[in-house]
Amino acid sequence: MATSTTERAQRVLTGTHFMLGNYAVVEGALAAGCDFFAGYPITPANEISERMSQRLPAVGGKFLQGEDELCSIYALSGASLAGAKAMTATASAGYNYMQEGIGYAVAVEAPIVIVDVQRCRGENFASQADVMQMKWGPSGDHELIVLAPSSVQELFDFTIRAFNLAEEFRNPVIIMSETTIALMRERLVIPPAEEIEIVNRRYTSLPPDKYLPFKANEEYGVPDFAPLGEGYGAIYSLNPHSEEGSIDWNPDVFEQLYKRITGKVTQHRDKICKTQAFKMDDADVALIAYGSEVRPCMDAMEMARADGIKVGVLKLDTVWPVPEEQIIQVANHVKLAITVEMNIGKYTREVERLCCAKCRTAVATKNRGLVHFPEEVYAVIKEVWR
Amino acid sequence: MSQPINPLRKYIREGKLPHFFCPGCGCGQILNAFLQACDELSVDPSRMVIIGGVGCTARIPVYLKGDVLHGVHGRTLAWATGIKLHKPQTKVVIFAGDGDVASIGGNHLIHAARRNLDVLVVVANNFNYAMTGGQVAPMTPSQVRTMTTPFGNPEPSFDICELVVTAGATYVAREATGRPVQLERTLKKALTHEGFALVEVLSQCPTNYGRYALRSGDPAVTLKWIMDRCITKAQADKLSKEEKAGKFVLGEFVDFKRPIFCGSSVYDLESCECCE
Ligand SMILES: Cc1ncc(C[n+]2csc(CCOP(=O)(O)OP(=O)(O)O)c2C)c(N)n1
Repeated sequence: MATSTTERAQRVLTGTHFMLGNYAVVEGALAAGCDFFAGYPITPANEISERMSQRLPAVGGKFLQGEDELCSIYALSGASLAGAKAMTATASAGYNYMQEGIGYAVAVEAPIVIVDVQRCRGENFASQADVMQMKWGPSGDHELIVLAPSSVQELFDFTIRAFNLAEEFRNPVIIMSETTIALMRERLVIPPAEEIEIVNRRYTSLPPDKYLPFKANEEYGVPDFAPLGEGYGAIYSLNPHSEEGSIDWNPDVFEQLYKRITGKVTQHRDKICKTQAFKMDDADVALIAYGSEVRPCMDAMEMARADGIKVGVLKLDTVWPVPEEQIIQVANHVKLAITVEMNIGKYTREVERLCCAKCRTAVATKNRGLVHFPEEVYAVIKEVWR
Repeated sequence: MSQPINPLRKYIREGKLPHFFCPGCGCGQILNAFLQACDELSVDPSRMVIIGGVGCTARIPVYLKGDVLHGVHGRTLAWATGIKLHKPQTKVVIFAGDGDVASIGGNHLIHAARRNLDVLVVVANNFNYAMTGGQVAPMTPSQVRTMTTPFGNPEPSFDICELVVTAGATYVAREATGRPVQLERTLKKALTHEGFALVEVLSQCPTNYGRYALRSGDPAVTLKWIMDRCITKAQADKLSKEEKAGKFVLGEFVDFKRPIFCGSSVYDLESCECCE
């Protein structure tokens, strides 16, 4: 996508801001080159659509308020296959409706970015109850990349990363936001445009008669892209398809396709999975957390250390695919790993399977529309650390 | 002895024939009429984006050389909206069954018509959900027996043409596979229309509608059942509402121009008529 220097300058609001989390997402998207947005009203994601409707047309992009979330998610695939960098934003109830469309984007390898600002059963209380749905919502075999920002700055940074990952792997990427950070104002530093790394999908150099839309050069590779409407004659079907795109009922073809489509994500975990470790070097206890739950963990860590309990924090920037290597490494060094999450205890199962026979595990859950208080996390540490 | 090659064969993907439609199905005729229309207009379908949802009708695009989207039920117009906004110059044609576009995709249909999205929607109305085995659909006539209305359809049926006219479509017509010349002429007009165009094609499904509703798998029986109920718009205009009951009115319902939808753009608020 070619943008002029002035357009790029308008796109990137370089400077220091005090900004709403939802707005930071928009600024991240624009900095990353987003040129198509479709959304349907839902709190607490509305500020994303509202700011997009103002900002996007001004930089030459297209904004659509569709008739429902199904329209948003399929319009994204349509625009993306036509060459756009496309994004939608919704909250839990709307994310429900998008599942089949996300599955379609996986099957046809359409790069799209979805922001889900998690909320609580129709109310805008804080929650991480959808952490499993983020990944497992669509039917069929698939991999999704899910990023979990913990602050307004990360909402900006991770949105850029989401576009870059979507483009690189031609896969849907989900930004797992939460009411807490989405509706919070914090300091946000936007770097100069030239310091922002932008990844674009690779376009094919083959002529239409040689081009195969689902052929990759490596076993777990990503096919080169040809936009719709230029005579490449690609078929983008949800149904089992051959490298040529044609519907194909051969079991070998089907197996091979999904081996590659899922493998291109799982085999590149080293590139995709990011974590941040805090005071893990000498830790006996690890707090494993993602999203806004990282914040109380940081305070609880200090409270525990003041009392002589060596606690560290492993912050999961990527929740899907699971950063397995990083969690195993922690499990090998600590005696106890506590997953802290704002739901009835879901992601802890992923942590438990990785820690099994390496260290003890426990979970601090909270499912009452509120983030953990540091004291609550510390209380759990004291209770299980004997 | 070499067989003469159908001149429309050049628009069909290599190695994809024979198609998967049942013998006597109307989908083949619709495909044929569409390609004939393209050929006469000299518009190349391989430069188009051709969309099908799921269903028998939705398989029509996969035989064509253009770019194709396929495989999800009812979302054809949502895909098209994204494509047309990002790349307005792309010609987009949709092939949809009555279930796909009038039932599960009904919301997208009325809103695309309201917006006057620049697409052509060809609806094959075979009066049932064919691919799933002949269940009742929104356009199944009242009282008719299907696989899920063993005692007769208790619901009134949709008039999709009336629906989209009311919603704001700018070209709307109904034709039947039994009138190939008129069908092709209508598709030609619809293909050149700028804005939301919908052509409903009454189409025979001998395998499911024929066998269950009409108690015969003979394609001619279903075709005759359809044609016996067809009247032209000119004839219909002379009839009372009661006399028109149970008839399918063929012809053009609207053909006009209004601004087509291309998404929001930056414009001067003062030039907006609705803002004082
Ligand atoms: C979400 C979803 N629901 C249901 C189906 C099953 N299904 C496949 S084809 C079809 C019916 C299609 O009927 P219609 O659109 O009228 O097309 P026809 O086969 O009659 O041409 C249905 C319901 C599906 N594939 N996806």
